[in-house]
Amino acid sequence: MFELISNLVAAFLTLSIFSFLYKDNPFYKFAEHLLVGVSMGYAIPLAYENVFIPFVYNPIFLERRFIIIVPAIIGILYLFRFSKNLSWLARYPIVIFMGIVGMSVPMSMHSSVLVQMRSAMLPLDNINTFLIFIGTITILMYFYFSKEHKGTYGKISNVGVWFMMVGFGASFGYTVMARMSLLIGRIQFLLGDFLGLIK
Amino acid sequence: MKRQIPLIIVMSLGFLFFAHTFIPHKFSQDFYDWYVSWTKAMSPFAVILGIMSLFMVHTTKIQRKVPNWQYSFVTLGALVFTAFAGFAWGTNEGTPFMWLFKNVQMPMSATMFSLLAFYIASAAYKAFRARSAQATVLLIAAIIVMLGQVPLGQIISKWIPITSTWILNVPNLAAKRGIMTGVGLGMVATSLKIILGIERTYLGGGD
Repeated sequence: MFELISNLVAAFLTLSIFSFLYKDNPFYKFAEHLLVGVSMGYAIPLAYENVFIPFVYNPIFLERRFIIIVPAIIGILYLFRFSKNLSWLARYPIVIFMGIVGMSVPMSMHSSVLVQMRSAMLPLDNINTFLIFIGTITILMYFYFSKEHKGTYGKISNVGVWFMMVGFGASFGYTVMARMSLLIGRIQFLLGDFLGLIK
Repeated sequence: MKRQIPLIIVMSLGFLFFAHTFIPHKFSQDFYDWYVSWTKAMSPFAVILGIMSLFMVHTTKIQRKVPNWQYSFVTLGALVFTAFAGFAWGTNEGTPFMWLFKNVQMPMSATMFSLLAFYIASAAYKAFRARSAQATVLLIAAIIVMLGQVPLGQIISKWIPITSTWILNVPNLAAKRGIMTGVGLGMVATSLKIILGIERTYLGGGD
């Protein structure tokens, strides 16, 4: 009985969201607003258990590390964001979080630029490595906007666009298949768990 | 001073963390561990800010009776009830909180994402109608990759899975590598702009 009620609730909400395919309607609006509320409500106890207790409560009250009161107070300054006169106080927790961008300069340079360049520097001993080399260079040329894309430069950078179109097509295909697998999962739930038509 | 002091903090921390990457010293590691413990202690209050923001948006909608204001009660009620369930009965398996996750949150979010399958199909149709050679290449690559993922592709031709793998490993790799390099350079440039105080939008408006 309990399982039937659970499946009934899940099936009603699934169909409510699918009803948007026909047009926007009260069932969809209800499910949409419910999803926002439940998702946010879900995050609150988890944040309390997994972040507040181990990193604020336990250090202060159990381990007696009273210095943690300072970041807790700085964190409270976030709440002044809604004050007209004191909203500037909310900048302090934001800028402390922003400080980490200092690390992202060498790390991005390493992981996104140097590692990519090292991987691209392969011996051009077959057609595939040659195509990868041409593709990478022409795409980088396409993204170099300090030079006008005209004449020979424009033609070479246009080759990069063709490579990107194939890359976007592959990403598009992957995304479609991921969504399709979710859709199949929901249809399996409706026809299997809920209606019992398939096993 | 309301803007200058936060800017000085960002600059100082930015340069310290820049240096931290190159200094494998205990002092540098201790500084990083201290920073991480402080940011973790600050982060729960950002969740409170999010909750307050959601409450303010929806209570304003209810007060002003904007179109569809009644649904704001659903959002606020669901938020309060789910959070209450988590605090009152815990977050373990078999609790009302997990029941809400399994039978309300998870089915709805999965269905919401699966809706995109239909809209992606309509986007593909629109791209095909564009009738440019580049849009056609995009679609052909997408169709081959899609068919390469399912048994139907193998049934149609043994070349479809082979071509799909080739597309992913060669032109797709070249495209991703070029784009990733550009993204990396963009991230470095943006980070430098923040550290040097050129980019200040994160400070918000006002004094």
